Amino acid sequence: MVEHGDIRVVHCGGSKINFRDPVITHDSRFLLCASGEAVKVFSTSTEECIHELRGHTGLVTGVLLRPSNHLQVYSSSLDGTLRLWDFTDGILIKTCVIGYPIYSFYASDKHENVIFIVASMPKRFQLVAVHLPQSGDQMVEAQELSAVLSGVNPNPAAIAFGRGGEFIASVNDLQLEVYFFKKQKSYRFFLKEDNKKGGWNTFTCVACHPKDDCIATGHEDGKIRLWRNFNHKKEYTYSTLHWHHSTVSSLCFTPEGTNLLSGGVESVLVQWRYNQESERDFLPRLGGAITHITVSPDGSLFCTSHSDNKITIIQSCVKVSAVIQGLVKGDSIRTDLMMDPRSKALVLNGKPGHLQFYSLQRDKLLYNLDIVQQEYIHESGLQQFEVVKAAFDASGSWLATVEERHQKAAELELNLKLWAFDEQTQSFVLNTTISAPHDAQITAMCFCQPTDSQTTLLVSTSKDGHFKAWQLAAPAHTEGPSWLCDFVSAYHGLVPECCSFSADGSLLAVVFQEVVTVWSPSTWELLTTLSQPPGAVSDLCFGRLSCSKYLLGTTASNLLCWNLLTCSLEWTTSMDVRRLVADPLSENMAAFCYQSGSTDLFVFKPSEPRPLFSHKAVCSGKVTQAVFAPREEMLESCEESSQWLNRSQLYFLTQQMDLMTFTTKAEEDRLLASSKQLVIDDSVAMTPFYLLLGKHRQQQQEHQDSDSSLWAERTALPQTSASMKELLQTPAHVLPSTSYLCSMFVQSLLISVSDARSAHAEEEMESEKEEEDSEEEMESSRSKPELAAAAATESDTPALTKAQARELRRVRKLDHSWLAGLLDS
Amino acid sequence: MASFKPTKIQVYPKLGEKVTQDTLYWKNYKAPVQIKEFGAVTSIDFSPVTPHNFAVTAFTRIHIYGPFSQEPVKSFTRFKDTAYCGRFRSDGQLLVAGCEDSVVRLFDVSGKVALRLFKGHTKAVHLTDFTSDRYQILTGSDDYTCRLWDIPNATELTTYTEHTDYIRCGVTSKLNRDLFITGSYDHTVKLFDARVEKSVITMDHGQPVESVLLYPSEGLLVSAGGRHVKVWDLLKGGQPLVSLKNHHKTVTSLALSSNGQRLLSASLDRHVKVYNTTNYKVVHNFDYAASILSLGLAPDDASIVVGMTNSILSIKHRKNQEDSKEIAGQQRRRPSYRVFVKGKNYVPKQDDYLVSKPVKEHLAKYDKQLQRFNVSKALDTALGTYIRFRKPEITVAVIKELDRRGTLKNALAGRDERGLSQLLNFIIGNLVDARFTPVLVTAAEMILDIYQSVIGQSPVVDRQLLRLQDLVKREIEFQKDLLEVLGMLDTMFASSLPRKEVPCSGIATLDWV
Repeated sequence: MVEHGDIRVVHCGGSKINFRDPVITHDSRFLLCASGEAVKVFSTSTEECIHELRGHTGLVTGVLLRPSNHLQVYSSSLDGTLRLWDFTDGILIKTCVIGYPIYSFYASDKHENVIFIVASMPKRFQLVAVHLPQSGDQMVEAQELSAVLSGVNPNPAAIAFGRGGEFIASVNDLQLEVYFFKKQKSYRFFLKEDNKKGGWNTFTCVACHPKDDCIATGHEDGKIRLWRNFNHKKEYTYSTLHWHHSTVSSLCFTPEGTNLLSGGVESVLVQWRYNQESERDFLPRLGGAITHITVSPDGSLFCTSHSDNKITIIQSCVKVSAVIQGLVKGDSIRTDLMMDPRSKALVLNGKPGHLQFYSLQRDKLLYNLDIVQQEYIHESGLQQFEVVKAAFDASGSWLATVEERHQKAAELELNLKLWAFDEQTQSFVLNTTISAPHDAQITAMCFCQPTDSQTTLLVSTSKDGHFKAWQLAAPAHTEGPSWLCDFVSAYHGLVPECCSFSADGSLLAVVFQEVVTVWSPSTWELLTTLSQPPGAVSDLCFGRLSCSKYLLGTTASNLLCWNLLTCSLEWTTSMDVRRLVADPLSENMAAFCYQSGSTDLFVFKPSEPRPLFSHKAVCSGKVTQAVFAPREEMLESCEESSQWLNRSQLYFLTQQMDLMTFTTKAEEDRLLASSKQLVIDDSVAMTPFYLLLGKHRQQQQEHQDSDSSLWAERTALPQTSASMKELLQTPAHVLPSTSYLCSMFVQSLLISVSDARSAHAEEEMESEKEEEDSEEEMESSRSKPELAAAAATESDTPALTKAQARELRRVRKLDHSWLAGLLDS
Repeated sequence: MASFKPTKIQVYPKLGEKVTQDTLYWKNYKAPVQIKEFGAVTSIDFSPVTPHNFAVTAFTRIHIYGPFSQEPVKSFTRFKDTAYCGRFRSDGQLLVAGCEDSVVRLFDVSGKVALRLFKGHTKAVHLTDFTSDRYQILTGSDDYTCRLWDIPNATELTTYTEHTDYIRCGVTSKLNRDLFITGSYDHTVKLFDARVEKSVITMDHGQPVESVLLYPSEGLLVSAGGRHVKVWDLLKGGQPLVSLKNHHKTVTSLALSSNGQRLLSASLDRHVKVYNTTNYKVVHNFDYAASILSLGLAPDDASIVVGMTNSILSIKHRKNQEDSKEIAGQQRRRPSYRVFVKGKNYVPKQDDYLVSKPVKEHLAKYDKQLQRFNVSKALDTALGTYIRFRKPEITVAVIKELDRRGTLKNALAGRDERGLSQLLNFIIGNLVDARFTPVLVTAAEMILDIYQSVIGQSPVVDRQLLRLQDLVKREIEFQKDLLEVLGMLDTMFASSLPRKEVPCSGIATLDWV
């Protein structure tokens, strides 16, 4: 048993960004949100993640702008520390050790240097005021702790400051507690458990009006109560607003207090006019259930977090301006983890009824494919269609999906859909829908693997005891090709659990509980049956490349390896393998074994008796989903233990739905080095205005630098109609002066040719310089390849006659003085 | 903010007849012209010469119609009793007809009075025809005899008494002046040769023969009688070739399309069936209002004429190619259409900048109502008369969508007698359709749950519920039978599969942990 120290299990992207409410900075340019053990800074206009504030060792539970300095941000974590960051540069300023896991925290202008945290004291949660020590040290320990309220809700939405910090309101179960700091007195208000109309009065969230004495509370039955006069024990009043049909999960007042925003499961953002509550605005169909709502300090941007790991940025309650989408992780991944052979993206089911394509390299959701294509009804307890199975063929040109809806025990709605990849739109287009392909749930599905074969074949196995082969039929006279059932078979009425094609597609293995049946897909003949009782075979894998004669199967207690040439069991080892995955690029296989509460990993070749690599206790809990993702470039690792990671990377999902992977030390070092090199410019929105002005500024600099740079610039000017389009798209009042545009226009009409070979070298130098410049210019580098291409073609142009050259030179000289004069003016 | 996704209407494969070349061909007829005759139309014969007038024998008259006139161009009314079998001579100049009073009359097509009277039969004459040499007449009568007559001097040439029952049909050869065929109620079809004084071939049809037809090549003979249409090979001495049984009542008349590719048969079951003469499969079917007694097909299939027992003559004329084109042209020229497409067919040029306008998505009415969660209204819309009858899949899709939203119960509840009976009618009509069954069973169960308290209050609803119960009972029994058949088939298939032995050998056990 060998442990390999240099291979490490790491979290890999796709962490939750909807765990706590995000924060929008004062200038509305950045959005900060807690994401796993880091705080991510997003640009509100480009949706890009600008940087991550890393340092916490536990889950980050809250992000808050520092009231006294809006360029700094506090973050709290379950590791018991508060950290102060400069988010523009991504620098950790200060760490304050509290000592208790912090569940949420609050701050206000009135309480300088005091942070209110919710920490779990023995037995119950308490709201504690922490006085931050004033010292210049990087690491300080908070000493002065004083409890404010006890028995509070750890949910951050359950506590809110009112009137800039005069009082604090906290809700828990059926109780609203308001604590006035000046009077040092708290009032409690109770609601009955349920009223006569069957309402459910439990408090879920609270928000306080910024100017007025008004507290808004949300309830489980969808009501919103507006409390007033709450500084009296008896004479308090409340009014009720009711639109939501189920729990109100978040409430928020706009900074001026003119509007109240509420959201819940319905995924509709409701905007109530304060004091004119009958007037409401709605913004429907935002995505998953709304979990948090925040408003930027100037009130121009709203931002909603959704249960499908998404943050939507809304401009003035009418237009969705940006969507930041993380890896969607529901309660369970019904489909396997898969790799899209085309985009190399990780594919799994995400939003209800969708399949998500997630780029592992860029840690970004590429797109969601709508599989179900039905209006999603946001109502808890409603049975919806779910994508339960999906499979890609080897070339990525076909995708098969299965969706099902379980309404009652007897009723099952099943649809098998086949999607063809459309080159033109670069996405999958529905080709065939087969409703009720089987009588019962589909247990497994796989495509015939080889890319060279003529017919595309799909096999699906179902709990109704049958497996069916589907084949692409020849195009009918009106439509294109569609899929038809080619073959149906059963084996002794046993339930087929999984199926697998051999690497060359000549064999199909279908597991019927304890029996593995091997079929020939060309003739649909049962070739042989393999069985090794006791225990049903749960997972099946053909060996690849040099090990293609082996067939591996797992039972609850054994890992079995059959030799297909002799049709006999080659070897067996006793372990509880939960997941067996094969590397598509090598002979390697990975087996995740569950043993006493944690999962072990073994990587092995079927032909060798010893595993290549083993890792004890990869994570706690079971691993049921894993996939080998081919690397973009091969690793050059010579160490024997880590060679299996050279071609592809192994990703797996833990029981807590965390996506993990294995990295080697060398790889990590390389990544670290590259990340240091990467200088991230602060992201300015790329408007046409910026593009033009940015160019202008750069041009001016170059003018000052040298006279001759004008030529090079000339070549850089876009001559295509794209620039014209850009010019025409932009409103006139944001365009630069006409004199500037005119010169540019004239320049674009001139022939840009480097005539003399003597000038050639010089020009090349210029263009190099310019490339450096344009790197700073960020996205304007789009035009750069064109430029390079143009330069290349220029050098290829045939030599001009002397007369022509002279003529050109004359034109250029003329142009020089004219343009320079214009620009200087 | 995503847009509303409309209800998905399942596209089902089209059932029923497929659109083939034949259906297109035989459907390309105009709406029929219907002419009331004086009695049941027993015979229709087209003149072999243009303009292809046709003689219609009905009751005591024979009318001759032109190809496009709805009024008879000529009528022969000098019959004492019911006339039978008016037929043209091959030059279209003479017409012969039998009569209930046993006299056979020969008319000049342009005249009015009979040129010749052939007397000799003792009973009604149902068969008359000219031989191919144009100087003789063949007659067949209910006195079991068939005779040949000489036209010029109106004398009887030969009498054949081989049949033992009424002779009701017959045909003369167009190629040989001496050959003719008669069909009789004694179940036989006999081929006679005038040179040998007796029948040459006898074919047993098995039923009283109502009609016989010779192929243009005269190698094949078609006979109709009872529910059967039989084809005989005359060159093989009357060997039966095919027996067709596509009608469910007596077949009364036969016709051949002009190119000989299609055979038409008309029957008392009110259908005219079109067969392909290469494989004798039915390729098309016409429905008529009453039992058909006679059928005629104009040369080039220019019109189909059918005579029925209710004394209606139905004439279908073929649509002209130009006609249909003209109609399409007219449609394109309509002003509303021009306004509608204005600017839609403009193709942008290369340098044009396209200002895209947000396309307003069109939603069906039920989708708009679903979007507003007006579930009852959406169901009402989907149960509208047109959708309910013409596009039941839309109604079913809306019911399915409501079920998915968990609001089907709300939508079904609160209906009055009319609404409920409409709903039940729809369910009864579509429940046993395998495509709709799963959805409609849920809806039916819910209706029973909701309205069980008001059962007995409305006789209309009660009757429908009983019908529903009966329907379900029948369907269950039917399914049971089908399952039994499937089980039998399974055993048969299973017993035909070979068995194999699997080898076994030693196993290595590894220990990694």
